[in-house]
Amino acid sequence: MPTVHFTSHLKNFVDGPLPNVSGTTVRELLDCVFGERPKLRGYVLDELGSLRTHVVIYISDRVMADRVGLSDAVAATEELYVMQALSGG
Amino acid sequence: MQGQLLVGSRKGLFIFSQANGGWKIDRTAFMGTPVSQVLYHRPTQHLFVALNSGHFGPKLHRSADAGATWTEVGTPAFPEGEVSNVRGTDKPATLKQVWCLEAGAGERELWAGGIPGGLFHSTDLGETWTLVRSLWDRPERKEWFGGGYDESGVHSICVSPKDRQQLTLGISCGSAWFSPDNGESWELRANGLRNEYMPPDQAYGGHLQDPHRLVQCPADPNVLWIQHHNGVFRSTDGGLNWTELTAAVPSVFGFAVVAHPTDPNRAWFVPAQKDEFRYPLDGKFVVSTTSDGGQTFKVLDSGLPPVPAYDLVYRHGLDIDDSGNRLAMGSTTGGLWSSDNQGQSWTTVSAHMPPVYVVRFA
Repeated sequence: MPTVHFTSHLKNFVDGPLPNVSGTTVRELLDCVFGERPKLRGYVLDELGSLRTHVVIYISDRVMADRVGLSDAVAATEELYVMQALSGG
Repeated sequence: MQGQLLVGSRKGLFIFSQANGGWKIDRTAFMGTPVSQVLYHRPTQHLFVALNSGHFGPKLHRSADAGATWTEVGTPAFPEGEVSNVRGTDKPATLKQVWCLEAGAGERELWAGGIPGGLFHSTDLGETWTLVRSLWDRPERKEWFGGGYDESGVHSICVSPKDRQQLTLGISCGSAWFSPDNGESWELRANGLRNEYMPPDQAYGGHLQDPHRLVQCPADPNVLWIQHHNGVFRSTDGGLNWTELTAAVPSVFGFAVVAHPTDPNRAWFVPAQKDEFRYPLDGKFVVSTTSDGGQTFKVLDSGLPPVPAYDLVYRHGLDIDDSGNRLAMGSTTGGLWSSDNQGQSWTTVSAHMPPVYVVRFA
């Protein structure tokens, strides 16, 4: 299963270890996390479910392309990194 | 915590209390995170703060113990399918910022104004929020546009102390609106407002005026003041008619205005040079005031920094307390001042705060 990592800034909003996730797209993986950590959703996504402007997601070493649909494919061996963009501070 | 001074800044919330005739920082919270608004809710003695995290979007928090501990509550949000005018192009509406927060009629009731220009209502102390459709669905709203921001915004919500069902809003750029029935219905209140940024035949009235800040005299709620993009205006009939106060000195541009709590003829402003400059005229930072309903204005500068001082006070950066004697203001360059004599003289609280967005007496 892919592993999801969050920026340390967001770990302040996450209590305890993250759940095991399953899925083949960014959306599916994040929905697994948000199912357990509903408050986290509003920090990563806006109210329409798009990635927030100043948040960036890497799938292993590439930047996620579909910031609206979060449909980028994620292989079972890959890692997902939810990061702060440099632009938002 | 009544009497304390709440300062929302680009880098967190500062809570000041009085000590030895001055102010000292009692508490800080949310350090590093922009604070777009703060409210001390007197009926329940709760403190609310609106955060605008650069990365993670707007959030609201509530404290029941004067800011010692905080709980995240609900954040206003636009329903799916709503669109907002973003610099002339319709885009899906998402909340960029909570710009103003006020106590409503009921003990657990709150109002929040946003960017884009939605008004939101809570009846459970901020746990949940509802978009006020009666305003959002007005056909005029689709034409509202942003001034300094990309989208329109609700920055002023006046809840009449005489009848708390009566609301008056200031919207940039969406003019002034009145609701007689706690937000069920709305009337445009722009007659007499004048803009210089539209073609001449659209200069007066209409739903695209840019009040930078709209405030109400608590003792005489029919008296309203506007610091507008290109002028200062006053109404004595609840906003039905506005009079432009052309005697304003040293300039008519600015963001902030506060009304005296009991004297309907008195108000204070922090003027600046007009829109392409947005700093104090000739680098001379002053406050102006009128005590005769805007017939004449007086410049107040005792205790304020000498030239050059390029401090700009944003629309929520000036406040007056219930006594009408004490004022405080904070600037975009981190100056913070207070006055105990209606602005006749000012004391520097700090010259080195982060950029200040909101100053409010608890």
